[in-house]
Amino acid sequence: MEYIDHHCHMTSRTTDDYEQMALSGCRVLTEPAFWAGYDRGSAQAFGAYFEALTDFEPKRAAKYGIQHYTWLSLNPKEADDRALAAAVLPLIPQYLDRPNVLGIGEIGLNRVTRNEVATFEEQVDLAIRHDHLPIMIHTPHLEDKLKGTRVILDSLASERRIRPERVLVDHAEEHTLPLIAEQGYWAGLTLYPQTKVSPQRAVDMIEVFSPERILVASACDWGPSVPWAVAHFIREMRRRGHPDRLIQRIVWDNPCQFLGQSSKFQAPVPALPASV
Amino acid sequence: MDHTGTCPLSQRQLVEEYFIEHRTKILDIAAFLDRFDRASQHDAEDDFRMLAFRKALDALLHQSGASRMQAVQMLLSDPRTDLLEALDRKSAFGAYKTDDEP
Repeated sequence: MEYIDHHCHMTSRTTDDYEQMALSGCRVLTEPAFWAGYDRGSAQAFGAYFEALTDFEPKRAAKYGIQHYTWLSLNPKEADDRALAAAVLPLIPQYLDRPNVLGIGEIGLNRVTRNEVATFEEQVDLAIRHDHLPIMIHTPHLEDKLKGTRVILDSLASERRIRPERVLVDHAEEHTLPLIAEQGYWAGLTLYPQTKVSPQRAVDMIEVFSPERILVASACDWGPSVPWAVAHFIREMRRRGHPDRLIQRIVWDNPCQFLGQSSKFQAPVPALPASV
Repeated sequence: MDHTGTCPLSQRQLVEEYFIEHRTKILDIAAFLDRFDRASQHDAEDDFRMLAFRKALDALLHQSGASRMQAVQMLLSDPRTDLLEALDRKSAFGAYKTDDEP
């Protein structure tokens, strides 16, 4: 089955990974700006990164028949550095008109510091001031996830201009998904071998909660991650007997609905699954 | 909320399909705890991560229905919402450490 992966850090992956993703059914991916595993440290480094996301990566993806879109931001791991934020955020608007830029992301919190919250709110404001671009939000890892998600949702609730349908709160897990869903935001489930959600748990959440406004992604990056993890999710759904029309809703229709809020997003026509 | 019936497979089908892989996982946990006891130095018996780990194992035995996952997630989560005034580190530990825990 063909699928869309809304969260891939292809800058950290090899060209072989593009090929394997294409072979596993990936037709479209979106790449949010993120932490490289080290601090870039300067606005110039971010400028080069934004160039790569808007020029080099879409060309690399296209060689394998994959559409590449991107999101720009100062990532949460470096967002505590307010001087860096002051230098990087003014760079972003000059890239927003590029053809593969969908919105602002991934923004959010890491250790849930006062500075991180300030940088997060500035980037939410940046998105809203640009016709309320879609926003992709990173929620913190492991023991910080619940706390960070609560603080993010409180911050969004205090922003009267926010339109929940244009916001994806990513890396949701069992204890945060209901909090996100009840406020009308999109929720992303991240399929990781260790630190986030397994394909089995993702399917559990679909079963227990709802497929409404839920996306699944590999969030593949420089750490332990599987670029074709969405294919494993599809297999797990089928293993339990879920119909292809439900699977397609989650891995194709839902991302098209969320990403399609950007006029730049043009989804290819999917090949129908063999059983439909 | 009652989630009965949300998984399309029967219990028998779940056992047939998933028992072996989860047998492997529980043996991995048993081996890890044995390895922990066999360690060359017993210097982390009260480590906050291991305390949370043992609480989580207890929750598996004493919760029921669909509440095990929620219980374990909450045991491994920082329950506070106050902001840190300064960045202390980049990474998470996997369990919540109170100020008085080693």
